[in-house]
Amino acid sequence: MIKLEKVNKWFGSNHVLRDIDFHVEKGEVVVVCGPSGSGKSTLIRTINRLEPIEKGTIRIAGEDIYGKGVNVNQLRAGIGFVFQQFNLFPHMSVLDNVLFAPTIIQKRSRKEAVGLAHSLLERVGLAEKVDAYPGNLSGGQQQRVAIARALALHPPIMLFDEPTSALDPEMVGEVLQVMKSLAKDGMTMVCVTHEMGFARDVSDRVVFMDAGEILESAAPSTFFTAPQHPRAQRFLADILHPRA
Amino acid sequence: MLEILQEYWLTLLIGQYPHGPLGGLALTLILAVFGLVLSLPLALIITLARVSPYKVFSLPSTALVQVVRGIPLLMLIFGAYFVIPKLTGQVVSGFVTLLGALVIYESAYLSEVMRAGVEAIPKGQIEASRSLGVGYWQTMRKVILPQALFNVLPSMTNQFISTIKETSLGYIISVNELTFAANQVNNLVLTKPLQVFGILAIIYFIVCFTLTRGLLWVDFRVRKARAMV
Amino acid sequence: MFLLEPEQWLRLLDGMWVTLQLFAVSWLIAFTVALTLTVIRATNVAPARWFVDAYVEYHRNVPLLVQILFWYFGMPELLPEGFRGWLYQHNAELSLAAIGLGLGSASYVSEDMRSGLRAIPMTQFEASRALGASYLQSMRHIIVPQALRLAIPPLVSRALLLFKNTSLAMAIGVADLTYQTRELENETYRTFATFGAATILYLLGSFLIMFLGSRIYRHYQLKGGARA
Repeated sequence: MIKLEKVNKWFGSNHVLRDIDFHVEKGEVVVVCGPSGSGKSTLIRTINRLEPIEKGTIRIAGEDIYGKGVNVNQLRAGIGFVFQQFNLFPHMSVLDNVLFAPTIIQKRSRKEAVGLAHSLLERVGLAEKVDAYPGNLSGGQQQRVAIARALALHPPIMLFDEPTSALDPEMVGEVLQVMKSLAKDGMTMVCVTHEMGFARDVSDRVVFMDAGEILESAAPSTFFTAPQHPRAQRFLADILHPRA
Repeated sequence: MLEILQEYWLTLLIGQYPHGPLGGLALTLILAVFGLVLSLPLALIITLARVSPYKVFSLPSTALVQVVRGIPLLMLIFGAYFVIPKLTGQVVSGFVTLLGALVIYESAYLSEVMRAGVEAIPKGQIEASRSLGVGYWQTMRKVILPQALFNVLPSMTNQFISTIKETSLGYIISVNELTFAANQVNNLVLTKPLQVFGILAIIYFIVCFTLTRGLLWVDFRVRKARAMV
Repeated sequence: MFLLEPEQWLRLLDGMWVTLQLFAVSWLIAFTVALTLTVIRATNVAPARWFVDAYVEYHRNVPLLVQILFWYFGMPELLPEGFRGWLYQHNAELSLAAIGLGLGSASYVSEDMRSGLRAIPMTQFEASRALGASYLQSMRHIIVPQALRLAIPPLVSRALLLFKNTSLAMAIGVADLTYQTRELENETYRTFATFGAATILYLLGSFLIMFLGSRIYRHYQLKGGARA
């Protein structure tokens, strides 16, 4: 479904992605982890062209996303992206945030789309908050609305960029719940996250990155019990038993 | 356009001098400098009145500032033009009228800036000073005002440029500053108003633009010298 | 001595009406031109930036009165004879004053809008693009509404200034409130009454604008506070 081949990216003279080969099958849930600065956020942002790449190819459902005739807006409409900082539109109600894509971008009528929006909000557990504004909501609630918003166009792929890193601990669970249910329904997902519990329970594969390279890619059972690469071993050791 | 400039540059620069009082750009700059300099003490007095705990001072000064800032400068100029002779019984020159109106207008604006500066000083400063036994006026003079006024300095350069532009209103009451002088030139040339007023605009542009950049540069050097950049 | 006769009040109110009309038209021009300038500048193309910067610098360094005089005395020279004649027959003073005032104020208004734009975080734009919205859709529905909202307080100040600056139009013969005040004073010599009445009218106008401004501000306030 998603195929990155020999992808390279530089920020100025900084080589942030080195010869990345990264594949995701349809229906797979892949967690990308690694120390900060490893390039994992940059990696996920190249998939919907939020970050351009200098070398290599990225294919989604077989098509080169930088190909001739590819409309970047259509491409992005087919990919759901959830940001670390939620990035809800503060001047619109929750309902309008979710309706933005179907009504403004796809130009469907409000009447058509409202039913869908309601069901999406129900799915993330926020049916009563339709008329609330982002400023009235907690972080966890905002992120769940953001997920509903990203789902509004029925994208076959969902990308999550550290979705719970900006949340207070007690709200992390409610967001992970939603992500879990999406995974169960067969969504193709790539998640950059530090939530190892989620990785262990839900993901099909864990990818470890450091300094712009993918160093290890394994099933969670393997990765968490017997990591191969020394840096991956150190990373896990630090996460599971943080040095004081 | 160049011929007009060659012919009339002296008129534009200094008016009818020496066959008459100083005018043109020179008069514009004099008005601006005097306007700014005279407005500073007046602004300070108004500010002190506004922050005073005594209503007898704060109410009238507040009313004065609100009225002066609520009407156009031109109205103030006309007001001065018509009212001053009635009050003093004598005819007053356009120069004095314009200067007076400018000073009142600038003081009202500057006093607002100063007042914001004073009110921005944390109450703790006043409390600390009074607890040491320092009186109200001493506290004002030694603690509050130095801090409040320091922040007003950057606005001064902007004020000066604004005042230069405001002097152009002298045209309406026949004060022989730059705009009026340009109009005189236009009345002599008659057939090229586009060029004459074009030159006028360019002169103002050059003066204000270079002054803005120059004062910014000076400000930068001063800050660098104080290692505050 | 201190009160005006009704006919005299009417004279002043006539002037006030002209002032309000001039204000409305000039503000419309200023706002539209400023919006255009801001959009042009936002494209980030170098010549576009230079053009807008030059526009703003010119209008900020030349006095507004001189700009109006330039439009009234100078600009018509560029028009063909026939059109010029038509213009002078059809209330040129008011139109040219409105143009001068509008274009001059537009430079300040565009700077206020620009500050508003700069205050909107890039992440809002990213979120909109990530959903598949185009550049224009994102600007129109997400960025500009939020920027305008932020810019309301400085825009209200600008509107107040423009309202007062309409008095400059009397220099080219527009019969606004200041013009009528001077005429009335010249005729009746009732200085204090005339200026007192005119001052009250200007203050009323200012209060009206401030009141409308605060209503608009409150209406567009982000509901629930700016926590998002």
